[in-house]
Amino acid sequence: MELNLNSEKAIFLQIAEGIEDAILSGAFEEESQIPSITEFSVNYKINPATALKGINLLVDSGVVYKKRGLGMFVASGAIERLRQKRKDQFFDNYIVSLVAEARRLNLTEAEIKSMIERGLKQ
Amino acid sequence: MNGIELKNLTKHYGNLCALEQVNLTLEENKIYGLLGRNGAGKTTLLNIITNRIFADDGEATVDGETVVNNDKALGKIYMLSEKLYYPERMKINNIFQWTKSFYPDFDKAYAIRLCEMFELNPNKTLRSLSTGYLTIFKLIIALSVNVPYLLLDEPVLGLDAYHRDLFYRILLEKFSEKPCTIVISTHLIEEVSGIIEEVIIMKQGKLIHKEACEELLSKGYTISGKAADVDAFIADRRVIGVDTLGGLKVAYLLGKPDSNISKDLEISHLDLQKLFIQLTN
Repeated sequence: MELNLNSEKAIFLQIAEGIEDAILSGAFEEESQIPSITEFSVNYKINPATALKGINLLVDSGVVYKKRGLGMFVASGAIERLRQKRKDQFFDNYIVSLVAEARRLNLTEAEIKSMIERGLKQ
Repeated sequence: MNGIELKNLTKHYGNLCALEQVNLTLEENKIYGLLGRNGAGKTTLLNIITNRIFADDGEATVDGETVVNNDKALGKIYMLSEKLYYPERMKINNIFQWTKSFYPDFDKAYAIRLCEMFELNPNKTLRSLSTGYLTIFKLIIALSVNVPYLLLDEPVLGLDAYHRDLFYRILLEKFSEKPCTIVISTHLIEEVSGIIEEVIIMKQGKLIHKEACEELLSKGYTISGKAADVDAFIADRRVIGVDTLGGLKVAYLLGKPDSNISKDLEISHLDLQKLFIQLTN
């Protein structure tokens, strides 16, 4: 997980997405503990309030839950929930920009399709 | 009210107005970034808060009490500054001991542990230290005094990249475990932009901005493209600066980008450093 302080995306969103990525890739397993606010803050050199804001997004969406006095854990069913959410965003995040760039390059529909096929085979 | 409060603070040096009616509240347990170009009045401000110099007018209070000749209020503040207020022949170990008599919550064991982390031998005298290690020595004291208000004026002066990184990490660890109010005055804006929660920007003795770092950043954006396109776009908008490179033009704007931006223009994020340069220029 890497943070880019100059990205257009706010740091707390990057933290939330970074944790989501780690859950999707299996680095943070369901029902396992994730690093504490202090660890995120120190590791990425960000204000603890920013780390907390990012993690709270995940708590609010039920991906992560807090155990009083113990720390934060990945909820069971988190992977499935995240996959569904990412699928819903796939069109907006990837297809729209793919089509926009393809138009700038005057790529035909057939060319785009063949490239997608090529990508799928790799 | 808890916190540091400055009311109408004004300070002149001869004809030069170093501070002009500065009003500022520093809340408890927040990390502030105090930014401003050379001579903007940052150090003057911090020196008044710590009663090292006196204001011509206005008032500075800590938890509701004046700082002027008030040991109780001043005992709650520690300021790291460029000036060294310790005898140069003294050994670091002895200074730690000495500091404890001024700041009862000074944690000597923690200071010794930090010395190990920074590879500073506490048996050395101050005058044998290099510029970088002198800064490290000051940082170690600042990190170990355990006061509610920590003012750090150029805290990483002369430190290499490794030690700067180490310092920011230790500072955040300390802050997470035992929150206090920290003011970091620095020119290395990029390095602290993730750490600070609120930004205070000074210009020519005046306070020109004070707001949440994130909010300030969301207030500006960059537009780049062909000069003619950019000029057309910025004609009726709040421009804070422009850069031209051949036929290309980059404009820095305040506000949020609206939706009807031409496809020929590229919008990008304005980072704190760029925003700072444009605001204080």
